[in-house]
Amino acid sequence: MGITDILVTGEPIIYAAMVSIALVSIAIPVLLTYFKKWGWLWREWLTTVDHKKIGVMYILSALLMLFRGGMDALMMRVQLAFPDLGFLDSQHYNEIFTTHGTVMIIFMAMPFLIGLMNIIVPLQIGARDFAFPWLNAMSFWSFFIGAMLFNISFVIGGSPDAGWTSYTPLSGAALSPGPGQNFYLMGLQLSGIGTLATGINLMVTILKMRAPGMKLFHMPIFTWSTLVTCFIIVFAFPILTVALALLTIDRIFGAHFFTLTAEGLPMMWANLFWMWGHPEVYIVILPAFGIFSEIIATFAKKRLFGYHAMVWSMIIIALLSFLVWVHHFFTMGAGAFVNSVFSISTMLIAVPTGVKIFNWLATLYKSKIEFTVPMLWSLAFIPSFILGGVTGVMLGMAAADYQFHNSYFLVAHFHYVLIAGTVFACFAGLVFWYPKMFGHKMNERLGKWAFWIFFFGFHVCFFPQYFLGLDGMPRRLFITNVVEWLPLNVISTVGAFGMGLGFIVFVYNVYYSFRHAEREKTGDSWNGNGRTLEWATTTPVPFYNFATVPYVDEIDPYVRMKEEGKTTYDESQLKPIHMPSYKATPIIMMAFLGLASFGLVFEWMPVAIFGLIGGVAVMILRSFDYDDGYYVSVEEIKRIERKARGL
Amino acid sequence: MKAKHLRKRWLGLLPLGLILFLSGCGQLEMTVLDPKGPAAESQYELIKYSLWFMLGIIVVVFALFAFMVIKYRENRPGRKESDYAPNLHGNTTIEIIWTVIPLIIVILLSIPTVTTLFDLEKPAEPAEGEEAKEPLVIHATTADWKWFFSYPEEDIETVNYLHIPVDRPIEFHLTSADSMTALWIPALGGQKYNMAGMMNILYLEADEEGVYDGRNSNFNGEGFAAQTFKVHAEPEEDFNSWVSDIQNEAPELSKEQYEELLKPGLTEKDEYSSTHLEYYDHGTHEGMGFVAENYAELFKEKLHLDEIEKQEEFQ
Repeated sequence: MGITDILVTGEPIIYAAMVSIALVSIAIPVLLTYFKKWGWLWREWLTTVDHKKIGVMYILSALLMLFRGGMDALMMRVQLAFPDLGFLDSQHYNEIFTTHGTVMIIFMAMPFLIGLMNIIVPLQIGARDFAFPWLNAMSFWSFFIGAMLFNISFVIGGSPDAGWTSYTPLSGAALSPGPGQNFYLMGLQLSGIGTLATGINLMVTILKMRAPGMKLFHMPIFTWSTLVTCFIIVFAFPILTVALALLTIDRIFGAHFFTLTAEGLPMMWANLFWMWGHPEVYIVILPAFGIFSEIIATFAKKRLFGYHAMVWSMIIIALLSFLVWVHHFFTMGAGAFVNSVFSISTMLIAVPTGVKIFNWLATLYKSKIEFTVPMLWSLAFIPSFILGGVTGVMLGMAAADYQFHNSYFLVAHFHYVLIAGTVFACFAGLVFWYPKMFGHKMNERLGKWAFWIFFFGFHVCFFPQYFLGLDGMPRRLFITNVVEWLPLNVISTVGAFGMGLGFIVFVYNVYYSFRHAEREKTGDSWNGNGRTLEWATTTPVPFYNFATVPYVDEIDPYVRMKEEGKTTYDESQLKPIHMPSYKATPIIMMAFLGLASFGLVFEWMPVAIFGLIGGVAVMILRSFDYDDGYYVSVEEIKRIERKARGL
Repeated sequence: MKAKHLRKRWLGLLPLGLILFLSGCGQLEMTVLDPKGPAAESQYELIKYSLWFMLGIIVVVFALFAFMVIKYRENRPGRKESDYAPNLHGNTTIEIIWTVIPLIIVILLSIPTVTTLFDLEKPAEPAEGEEAKEPLVIHATTADWKWFFSYPEEDIETVNYLHIPVDRPIEFHLTSADSMTALWIPALGGQKYNMAGMMNILYLEADEEGVYDGRNSNFNGEGFAAQTFKVHAEPEEDFNSWVSDIQNEAPELSKEQYEELLKPGLTEKDEYSSTHLEYYDHGTHEGMGFVAENYAELFKEKLHLDEIEKQEEFQ
């Protein structure tokens, strides 16, 4: 295949994308050279193993992906509201809804939450870094390079166009020839390595590296949600890895796992995909529940109601999440009995979820609610999520699902739970922990504007879609060709642009606050209302997090510490701190594997083999690396702490 | 300032959420909520039944939410000392209550769901005092991006449109020659998948004359939007005369013709006085691979489906 064959041509939007990608790729090295920042970028960021910096990189990448997925969404909405414009043709629309779904779930929601976990979980449990800092860096680069690989499909080779679910036989080599689906397979496979490694890494970190005295049932609720999520990741992601590998072997090497010919089993893909895919949606919702719990307790200035019930309901949700996958294809004809079983197991999830909703409401009872920006996002979550939740139960009723399935009713439902749940939580968590990350808060006034615009945009966009579904409009339809569907589609598009505007205000707020916000002087940024250990650190957080590790034997330890006028810092207890060294091997190894994946996408075997050998060589090199870190001296810790604490 | 935000939130959600939801219960003309056959009717009844519970849940949660947010905001004038209990952290009785009530709701929703599921697997019961009619068998086969409806007993086949008699159950045999699709006629009832190498049975019935929209609802590539058909539900006599017209006037479907029709692309409505079932049964292992084996090259071409962008041209 020559270079002219692989470039996507013929569409003005794609030319515009090419130009902007080219401009950005020129601008970045030029700016870095001009400001002499290459060394800084390499030493401080690209080779870092510090969980806080890796977390920041995750969140920045996720915001970038949110922008990309959002642009996809707006293009779809324009097309559906103005079908006569001929803005997108069928093929193009199919590519866009496929990348929208994949980017939002795999490259936006998960990395955003993993970014927050990266930064906050070690701080909440009194740890100095992850259990495996090198692995953490490797995870990030596998996600980042996987995401970039997936995204270049827009201009090189053509994007996947079989939906984010990529059902066979449609996504097989016979019906979807060309590199598009390979981009999907390799992009997900590469970033999946990172997700699985993060799951193991955080699980070990939480189980082994908690502050002395901290039992599992003393952990902050966000850390609990992370632990439960990690278990889901570790059990669910291998299924995806295997499914992707089988389909890759089908497409590239001509096997017949999912093909229409030679006794293939195309429907097996749907089973494997959703055995991962349903737990996956809980991977992105449970941490959101954790974030809301932290924020609601903080700004209600009250202990979280029913802490144990909250934890157990998350564990039950996690278990049930593995027992409901068939509800994604009730219409496959498995029979009334199978559908009954999965219908009931699906509806049962509503019970622990309902418990959580009531616990949040009870946390607000006899509290002192302060309407900060993170609290607004968290409060808005409750009524909005309920609308998504009850329609989820309706979808779970299999007999009724025959009418809801594949319709806009379903589209409205999962956007209601994913946006009101996950996206609200990402914004809430980012604003909440922003001072911990960057040493200053985000502007409250702009933050409220962003919230209200996004909030109304969201409801205007998705509420009408329930009714479109009930009127028989199927999802993934590239054109609004039934006149009765047009008015609601126009309303929906208006809402989508509202959400876009809200996002712009949010991003502008990042810039505005960087320029104008007051710098933090204490670590307890929200008027001294912090309840958990992350607020006990100074701001900016020193690279070793805690000079002396506190003893913790209760929920919300920082509340008592403040009552007793204590801090975590005890100068008499200082000892040298062991920290990991920054390494270039994670990014180099993942760059090689990225190259191998790129080779496989176009079935250029020499490139793929070269990349694989390179990746394995770095792995071998790494296993002979005996550098196990360095010690920070007591004098240096003292100097840093005194400066930070103004002693 | 903060109080204003509160009012805005409440006022914003109330009309948007509840009133639209209430009006959605049947007053608006929505296909799924305006059933024209027993299957759609039973699904509509189930949806209506569940909506009452959902509305109840929404009202309770929204009311509690509004109460908490309004009463316990920090700067409410007239807050009392007793309005703040920072260490309140649980109450076993109330926690048991709000676990058991959702559990009861789930049980109450499960019972009609399960019975409806089993009912949908067989032809609808005839109206009281009438005799059960033998279901009419129609094989509904998809190939990218068209529909073949074969009537084996009448020995006729239509492409991209469907005629059925009213008040007689239809037993659809669903299968596909290539990608997975789904037969959905929302006015008559819910969908089921058409899959190559497999055969699904779906019972639907129309109890009102009319022309209903049917489509493939499961995304299957470029021509997805155009894979629609009209369902003409008509009295038994009209249906029979339509059948005999086709038997007498339409040509037979040859093997070559059928293979030509299987090529990916769009095609006009058509009718034949024989069925493709004598050549291929895509619902079996032998018949599932024909398109993938012979026409894979054709999927490399992008179709230029400009003609489907206008509604009237393909319906």
